[in-house]
Amino acid sequence: MYNILIGGAAGQGIDTTVSILEKAFKKSGYFVYTVKDFMSRVRGGHNFMLIRFGNEEITSHSNKLDGIIALNEETIRLHQSKLKKDGFILCDSNFKGDFEAIRIPMEEKAKEFGNPRVSGTIAAGAVLKIFGVDFNHLENVLDTSVKKAYFQVNMQAVHYGYEATDNIYPHMGGKYKDFMLINGNQALALGAIAAGLKFYSAYPMSPATPIMEYLSRHSTAAGVVMEQAEDEIAAINMAIGASYAGVRAMTATSGGGFSLMVEALGLSGIAEIPVVVADVQRPGPATGLPTRTEQSDLKFVISASHGEFPRMVIALRNHEDAFYQTARAFHLADKYQIPVIILSDQYLGDTTSTVKKYDLSEIPSNAPLVSAADETKYIRYRITENGISPRRIPGKGDYFVTADSDEHDEYGFITESADVRVKMVDKRMRKLEGLMEELIEPEFLGDEDCTTLLLGWGSTYGPIREAITTLNDISGGKFGALVFGDIYPLPVKALTKYAKKAKNIINIEQNATGQLASLIREVTGIKCTGSILKYDGRQISGEEIADRLIKEGYNG
Amino acid sequence: MGKSFSTYETAWCPGCGNFSILRCLKTALEELNIDPAKVLMAAGIGQAAKTPQYISANTFCGLHGRSLPAATAAKIANENLTVIVNTGDGDSYGEGGNHFIHAIRRNVNITHFVHDNQIYGLTKGQSSPTTAEGHVTNAQADGNLNYPLNPVLLAIAAGAGFVARSFSGDTKHLTEMMKAAISYKGYALVDILQPCVSFNKINTFSYYKERVYYLETDHDYTDKAAAMIRAMEFGDRIPIGIFYREEKPDYHTKHKVLASKMPLVDQKYDPMIVQNLMNEFV
Repeated sequence: MYNILIGGAAGQGIDTTVSILEKAFKKSGYFVYTVKDFMSRVRGGHNFMLIRFGNEEITSHSNKLDGIIALNEETIRLHQSKLKKDGFILCDSNFKGDFEAIRIPMEEKAKEFGNPRVSGTIAAGAVLKIFGVDFNHLENVLDTSVKKAYFQVNMQAVHYGYEATDNIYPHMGGKYKDFMLINGNQALALGAIAAGLKFYSAYPMSPATPIMEYLSRHSTAAGVVMEQAEDEIAAINMAIGASYAGVRAMTATSGGGFSLMVEALGLSGIAEIPVVVADVQRPGPATGLPTRTEQSDLKFVISASHGEFPRMVIALRNHEDAFYQTARAFHLADKYQIPVIILSDQYLGDTTSTVKKYDLSEIPSNAPLVSAADETKYIRYRITENGISPRRIPGKGDYFVTADSDEHDEYGFITESADVRVKMVDKRMRKLEGLMEELIEPEFLGDEDCTTLLLGWGSTYGPIREAITTLNDISGGKFGALVFGDIYPLPVKALTKYAKKAKNIINIEQNATGQLASLIREVTGIKCTGSILKYDGRQISGEEIADRLIKEGYNG
Repeated sequence: MGKSFSTYETAWCPGCGNFSILRCLKTALEELNIDPAKVLMAAGIGQAAKTPQYISANTFCGLHGRSLPAATAAKIANENLTVIVNTGDGDSYGEGGNHFIHAIRRNVNITHFVHDNQIYGLTKGQSSPTTAEGHVTNAQADGNLNYPLNPVLLAIAAGAGFVARSFSGDTKHLTEMMKAAISYKGYALVDILQPCVSFNKINTFSYYKERVYYLETDHDYTDKAAAMIRAMEFGDRIPIGIFYREEKPDYHTKHKVLASKMPLVDQKYDPMIVQNLMNEFV
């Protein structure tokens, strides 16, 4: 497994360089995992991306570098300490400083080729040679990574870079060439389309914006209306309006936008109109760190909006979840006529991973669940045993579909009757009983006989998984982990079982207050004995989890 | 004549302008021969926003100020629905002011009837965005310091293709305005002057009755500048009628997914789409 860093200023074309590299690595058979560390600015500053690749599955980034590809001098200064003993630096011949490096006159050559912006492409050519990737893979890759008008100059650049360097690392082979390279936001959007998404409204907000951009680009092909709303309040009210009219609808945002949506979340709850809302988390509060990652919205979204109503919250753990669980969210929202919230974050949203093509037969029905028109008189909010009232699409027959944010009777008319109020609250809350039966228990990783149990949720799944392997190699199998996907209502069966046996229970979370630990304690009374919390806006890696646990004396 | 729209018992004050607005709405829909089962009445919260509760049609009574986004999207989802928003001046121009501007920009084919009584009724007598400067209310005890919003002028300026004003006391005129607005293809606004018998003792029935007059038959409602000049007239004399009308493509006509004429709600999902999209990532 190799790990390289590509760094430079915003506007230097890191994206293009990385796009060429990751596609070429994958085409050559490697599994590729790319994370993005970008500042919230359009020009300047320091941005970098890490590409980890090899012939086995990778679930976490790593901060130990085999190579640094420096598009500016600052990159070397900032990251040199993370370079392994035998690692390399690739940079321009004109960089000053006393360090060993592979130097290529990239800027000079790029100018000579007629486009200074292709110096990053020269670097990409060099890197591919260093790692023994066959040049034949490149033409195809460039075709999808750069605009047509720039194809020739990029081809010239990549060729030059390739010829200007020697191979260092042998290619290890790999079986992943026919897999997809997809990031969490794209996987989420694709999952929504696969679920029959027809209407998407959103207001741009990092790191959720790529979802709307992806849907806009494929709107016509996918038959999805993507409408940019004037604010997040409009975005969610639009999604609810479209859903009322019978199409599958969704909105996505980050925590700040979600804050604006909470009143409408309650509208979905009381009017029993299905809606899917994705919160691609970033560090808060307020504007926080716009382009960075955190898991600090859990306790917010499980209780957001005034009043009480049933809801479901699903945390996405990886790129498979981003697709399958998003599709499932639509199914659950329709089935129970409730809001379903998807919790993703910047790390998962922006991280590109190698993923097997999704199996569409795993997707539940993609048509909205509506009842057959068999009753003589349609009663929108009919009180039923399971709390689910028959739902119909307005305008499709000789009946009226009502929706009301006021408390209402079975027909949807405003009421202040104490008796009806209690019946309606009970009816809505009964839906939770059915929902509880469908919860997916957290995945258990590691050794069944573990004495230390790690608890996590969402995107720390991959890093925890890598850490468990490392820790069990060292300790001889004393570590286990439960990583939650379905998180509210909280599934408790696996948790209760493993918590009983474990000596140490440690929650690992990307927040400052241990929100999962707090939820678990509230629901089950189980207390975590220790915690690893990180809230600097950067995702914890598998190595970091293992190192911190060992440092704190947990050896099983 | 098609099916008729029945009405239900209301919770409005006796003498409220809402009664005649509801009556005119019913007449307009019946005269246009629209099937009640194909009508969606949307509203936010307020006294005017109770209108959908009192007429036999599909209803969406959402959040205060947020009826326009929901109604807009419902129409996007099913263009076969006649979507009408009936709600008040506070809901439309205050809490929902931002949505008002952007519903105009979107130009989805919905109709917006604002029951404009220049006061808050449901919350019992505070100033609304259209309350006159100096008007003493329960919450503006020393008189309203804010200048009133001119919704007709704002709508024309924001690019609305159909902008009219009417008066709840002139049911013949109001019915005609409603029919024209519902028939217009695009976002249409009718600002309806209406007395609030309980909380607005200034802008009463006789206040409006003395001031309103019809825009002249030779008013050129295709002339935007002329329309704006007439819209600025609001005081001793208040013109009512169609201020501005412009035929332009609505949202559905321009949208590639919707222009096919097959309502979005009837468009079938094809799994091959996802297969093709997945291939782009390989």
